[in-house]
Amino acid sequence: MIFDIEVKISLKDGMLNPEAKTIENSLSLLGYNVNNTKTLNIITFDMEGEDRETIRSEVDDMCQKLLCNPVIHNYKITIIPRNSACGDC
Amino acid sequence: MKIGVIRFPGSNCDRDVYHALKLAGAEPSYIWWKDEDLTDYDGVVIPGGFSYGDYLRAGAIASITPVIDGVKALVKEEKPVLGICNGAQILGEIGLVPGIFITNEYPKFNCESTNLKVTTNRSPFTSYYKKGEIVKIPIAHAEGRFYTEDIDLLHDQDQILFQFADENPNGSMEKITGICDESGLVCAMMPHPERACEEILGSTDGLKVFKGMINKS
Repeated sequence: MIFDIEVKISLKDGMLNPEAKTIENSLSLLGYNVNNTKTLNIITFDMEGEDRETIRSEVDDMCQKLLCNPVIHNYKITIIPRNSACGDC
Repeated sequence: MKIGVIRFPGSNCDRDVYHALKLAGAEPSYIWWKDEDLTDYDGVVIPGGFSYGDYLRAGAIASITPVIDGVKALVKEEKPVLGICNGAQILGEIGLVPGIFITNEYPKFNCESTNLKVTTNRSPFTSYYKKGEIVKIPIAHAEGRFYTEDIDLLHDQDQILFQFADENPNGSMEKITGICDESGLVCAMMPHPERACEEILGSTDGLKVFKGMINKS
């Protein structure tokens, strides 16, 4: 079975996000006053596997070893079986 | 005194480091990122640059390459390892030093001469300096903001090598820009000592980092 994977990577709460701060400041130049601006990285790919739990465990390993730095990042993995209407977040 | 200079796709300070090592009296040679066996070397330098285009995070992809297994083996043998700029980011990603170097507080590429305070000289890399001495070594980075989850540990174990002596150009915690592991044999520093090794460059203060390394190896 083919699974569509999405890894959403964000900075941990309280970490300074200079990119988000710059965007927020720039929006104020246009007259929009917004707060709590965040930027996220989203990485998507597909994988073949038998069951969702094995896939989740592998993707979690990828996050720990390469995709994220656990010192500064939180991450959320979404796995959706291809041709399925509902996801498992 | 055979010191290896590791090259990744995107390294760009490798030749400068090679030159500086020669000036300091070492016998340098280049190591390709696919080489795993570093047993012939008395120490290695991971130079600056933009390995793998800084994709994912600066240093992230280089940190999982075969040569890193060789670097870890050298550390176990108590051989000195120096990471400069992108090399420092890589050492942070591997976890060989505590803390990491992330996007500057103001997302600007800072390329300037800086004065650094030598916070401790107990590491080979700072052994040729006096404790508290001010040295002139330039920086060139956009991702050099030092961050650690446990700053007290660094103080307790005397692992802070260099701090910016004047203003804080990148928002680093406590102006820290050079650290070492517990043994002092692994050094990660954002400033470029290889760019301060000859009078014509405006400073020779950086040469002592390499001399200290060679003296140990």
